[in-house]
This record gives sequence, structure tokens and C-alpha cells, in this order.
Amino acid sequence: MSLTNADVQKVARLARLAMTEAEIESARSQLSGIFDLIAEMQAVDTKGITPMSHAQDLSQRLREDKVTEADQRELFQSIAPQVEAGLYLVPQVIE
Amino acid sequence: MEWEIVIGLEVHTQLSTNSKIFSGASTTYGAEPNTQADAVSIALPGVLPVLNKGAVERAIKFGLAVGAHIAPRSVFARKNYFYPDLPKGYQISQFDLPVVGQGALTIQVEPLSGSGKPTSTSSGQAYEKVVRITRAHLEEDAGKSIHGITHIVTEDGNRITTENGDYLITEDSFPRENVSGIDLNRAGTPLLEIVSEPDMRSAVEAVAYAKTLHSLVRWIGICDGNMQEGSFRCDANVSVRRPGEPLGTRREIKNLNSFKFMQQAIDYEVQWQIDTLENGGKIHQATVLFDSDKCETRMMRSKEEAHDYRYFPDPDLLPLDITPAMLEQVRATLPESQQAKQMRYVKLGISGEDANILTASREMAEFFDATLASLLKKGVGTLITPETPSAEIYAARLSNWLIGEVSAQLNRDGLDMAQCPITPQQLGGILKRIADGTISNAGAKEVFRTTWVEQRNFDVQFTDVSAAFSVERVDAIIEAKGLKQVSDSGAIEKIVDEIIAANPAQVADYRSGKDKVFGFFVGLAMKASKGKANPAQLNDVLKKKLAG
Repeated sequence: MSLTNADVQKVARLARLAMTEAEIESARSQLSGIFDLIAEMQAVDTKGITPMSHAQDLSQRLREDKVTEADQRELFQSIAPQVEAGLYLVPQVIE
Repeated sequence: MEWEIVIGLEVHTQLSTNSKIFSGASTTYGAEPNTQADAVSIALPGVLPVLNKGAVERAIKFGLAVGAHIAPRSVFARKNYFYPDLPKGYQISQFDLPVVGQGALTIQVEPLSGSGKPTSTSSGQAYEKVVRITRAHLEEDAGKSIHGITHIVTEDGNRITTENGDYLITEDSFPRENVSGIDLNRAGTPLLEIVSEPDMRSAVEAVAYAKTLHSLVRWIGICDGNMQEGSFRCDANVSVRRPGEPLGTRREIKNLNSFKFMQQAIDYEVQWQIDTLENGGKIHQATVLFDSDKCETRMMRSKEEAHDYRYFPDPDLLPLDITPAMLEQVRATLPESQQAKQMRYVKLGISGEDANILTASREMAEFFDATLASLLKKGVGTLITPETPSAEIYAARLSNWLIGEVSAQLNRDGLDMAQCPITPQQLGGILKRIADGTISNAGAKEVFRTTWVEQRNFDVQFTDVSAAFSVERVDAIIEAKGLKQVSDSGAIEKIVDEIIAANPAQVADYRSGKDKVFGFFVGLAMKASKGKANPAQLNDVLKKKLAG
């Protein structure tokens, strides 16, 4: 399967990645290669096989519903670029 | 021409766990910003999610309550988007394999009186309807963004006021332009998103569904239902079509946080869509917000700019297996359903309307059940008279007390049923004392109020704490307040004889057919007995003696 540069640009925008023309070109060929591999896998007959949703054939362990974490705000905010009134500050975002 | 309205709802219910869905941070509402945001909530590199059993159990409980299929294996997926209150860059949710599958909810639709909205298809008659539930899935909540920090420093100089509440300022470097504040306390709070089929045909039906769901999640104890605090948030998908035609293009109204707004928003949106179509316009898929001040819906984003979430299974989480044993464990914790209780009450002779009130909250219904059980049980506070009223008679009296006196006192004191200062056994004791003639209705109210007040402040009122909340306390108060009725027939007859002797004119009136004078005698006798005469007995004696 061959991707276009526009496909790559769309994926890059969704991932918030800024890419140069050269990077787009190289990503396009690499991603196309991955899609070829996927196409190859999809050609395999998997009828009757339960799809796996995880590489390990195990199931999720559950945690008891207990509060175990203490407040570490001061420690965490010591590495934040900007905090005020206990809030993390970020550039204004309004949708 | 006629339009058919089509509505489906997505409801986010916040599950009432102590800790977050993927970490041991607290979920208590209203804490100082970010004091409940642990390493997982703020997405520090290297942390891993560990699923909360309490959240899974609540999801199962909901599934069982709506008769849904519970997936023996469900999968968590990453929903990718960028927003500062979502520090991982993705929300852990469920996509193609949710924990709860198809179910159904039966709703009672009672059209609002006087709502002459042209968009309303309801004909004024109450009816029942089954709304299909598509699915319900577990996910984590995001944090809160505080926009439009208004730089208002209040008099004490160290708080900022924003449209989202007050925050303590730690330094005096405000105001700062062009920033948003992020509070991640809510990030990671467990949510169950409940998605309905587009089965509703009017705003009234949508509200009835939302109310039924709201009442159900509280009834089964998985969500506190607090809409102000965002524990129960509704999104409505609304479209219109000509009857019989395929579904029209829908617009989604986001974040309806009250039933009143839901009704208004849907009514407005439906009218807007009909007007647009009738004027030759087209509906484009979009997300809209309801402006409750202007009472209109406004576009938030069109679907062309819609997010492409790129869901994929979260490699940090293994599939969730729900074993039959776990299912049965949860099933055993399900309370008797609201409908089953209502039907049981109606069978006891209580009106449908009163049965609804009694089952409005589980606490009220359980109080009713416990009181009735104590009334029908022998033992402490057993009736003095041999004749025991039937379960139906007690149920009717109890229902009146709960809906009347108890509810009134709760309202007055701003308490809810869970905080009721009187025990079911005590209320049962009071009702028994009315039934056996020990106290009058008025006396009962006095006992009730005295018990209520002293137990509401029982630290202050009781030197011997063991006396509080006991059923013996009822008899002790009756004794202490001298509320025992005079049921001694000799004493009553003596009073009546004296009254008859002292009022020959009225006696003559009565005997000549003026029945109204009877009340005059009752009043005098009650006064003479200082209100303690057993009214039934007094009536009998009076009638007999007056007849001559």
C-alpha cells in the first residue's frame, strides 16, 4: 500500500508533529513499508482464531479500592515550568 | 408537515469509588487543586495503570441492573487527543470491547403539564416505554482547565475567583495574561459512560430516561448522582426526520448538567433544526453547547474539524476478565429493584403515587421496610392490646408518617434520609403506641419531635448515651411528658357525667336532633382531661350517655 505525502501530513498533524518536506518523504516510505507488512499479515487466513488484544495471554489484575497515595503536590510542582495557586499553568487554551 | 424527533443520550456517571480508576489517589470532591493528583494522574514517565476492582464491580452492577450482557473479556483502549487537562495525550477508555453490552431501561413518561411546545410529541397521557441501552464502558475522567482567570483578588488578597470557583494564591505574581490553570484532581476518576440507542422521541422522553437512569445509579449505589459536582453528565444526540425516513443528521449537545436544561436545550435544538430544514437549509453534523442564559444551543465545533481519536488497545493494560464467580459475587450485592419495591408497596395498599415517593431514594424505602418489619415483630414495645393492626393498616399509617412528618422534619433541618435522627424501631414504637391507644396522634407527634430533637443533638442531650436511639426511649418520653391517654373508662365516665350535669341546655339541644353540639361536648371533655382522654373511648361514652 502506498501512502501519499498528504496522508503523512494528516497523521503528523494529529500527533502534533512538525515535519519538514524531507522528513515527510522519508516517513512516507517507512510508513508505506509498515503498511505493506500489515497487508501481508492480513492475507493470512485467521478464520476461527480469537484475536488477541495484548501480546501476553494474561488477564488484568485488579487493585483493591483503597487510597494509597499521599499528597505530593509540592514535589511534583517543583519541576513544573509554571504553577500558581496550586494550578499548573499552561498557555491559554480555549476550544 | 410532521417531523419526528430522534434522541439518543450518552451519560457519564462518576463511579463512587474511594480511589481513582488506575491509581490509589483519592477521588474526594473539592480538595485543593492538584493535591489528589499523584504520579499516575499527572502522567509522569514510567508510571503504569493498575485497574481498580471497585470500578469494575460498579460497572458490573449497572450491567446486571439493566439486564445487559457482561463481557467475560473486555479491553481498554487509548483514545488519543491533545488537551492540557489530559497529560498523557490519551484517555484510557474502552472501544470495541466494552464491559457492559446491550441492555434496556423501562421509563415512565409523564408529559409536563402545560408544556405546549410544538416539538413535543406527547399527547398528555402518561405511558411506559423501553429504551435500549447500547453499551456502557469504563474510562478515566480528564482534569479541569480553568480558563479566563479574571485576576480578581478578593479582600483577603490571596484568592483568585474564576468562573470555576475560588483558588488560593500562593504568590502575588498574578495577574498573568494568556494562561489557563490546570487542576488534575479529577484526572483518573472512574467514569461509566452509558450510551442509549436513539429511542427517544421527545425532550420529555429524554428527560424521563435521564431521570430514571439517575435514580437507578443512585439506587444501586454506584454513583452519588450529584449533578452540580459533575457526577452525572449528559450529552444528547438530536436529529429530526420525516416519519418513516432514514435518520437525519444529528447534532450533539454537550454537558447538560440539569434536567431542566436538558429539556430546554433539546426543545430549542429541535426547533432550530426544523426551522433550518423548512427554510431549505441543511443540518451539518456538529457538537453544540447549550447557553442556559440565552436558552439556545451554540456550535462548539463542526464534525469536519472533529477529532480522529485513533483508538488502539492500551498495551499497558491486559484484557479484563470477568469470571462467573465475580459476576455472582456482585449480583449478590444488588438491592431489591425500585420497581419491585414499588409493586410490593402497592400490594400493601399504598397508592402508586405514594409508592413512588417512598422509593424515591433507597434510604427512604429501606427505612420504610425496617419500620414495617419492627411493627410486625413481637418483642420490645409489643402492643398492650391483643388486637394487632394488619400489615396493610400499619403500612398506610407508616407511609403517611414518612411522607408527612418525617419528610417535613428532614426538610426543615436540611437533612437527608441517611441522616434521619430517629431509628425505624423508634418510629415503629410510636406507631404501636398510637395503635394500642396509649397516645393520641397529637401526642405521637410530640413524642416524635422530642425524640428527633434530642437525638439530633444527642451529645448534648444525653448523659447516658446508651438511652439514645433505643426503642425504650419512646416509652420513657411518653412517661416523662405525661402523654398517656386516659383510657380508664371509669375516669372518662366521671368526666362525661360532670359535663352533662353542668350543661343541661346543650344536652337538650343534642337530644332534639342538633348533632353539631356533639363537638362541644368532646371539646369540654378533652379540656377536662387535659387532652389526655382516649378520643375513641370518649366518643363512645359520650354517645351512650347523651343518648340518655
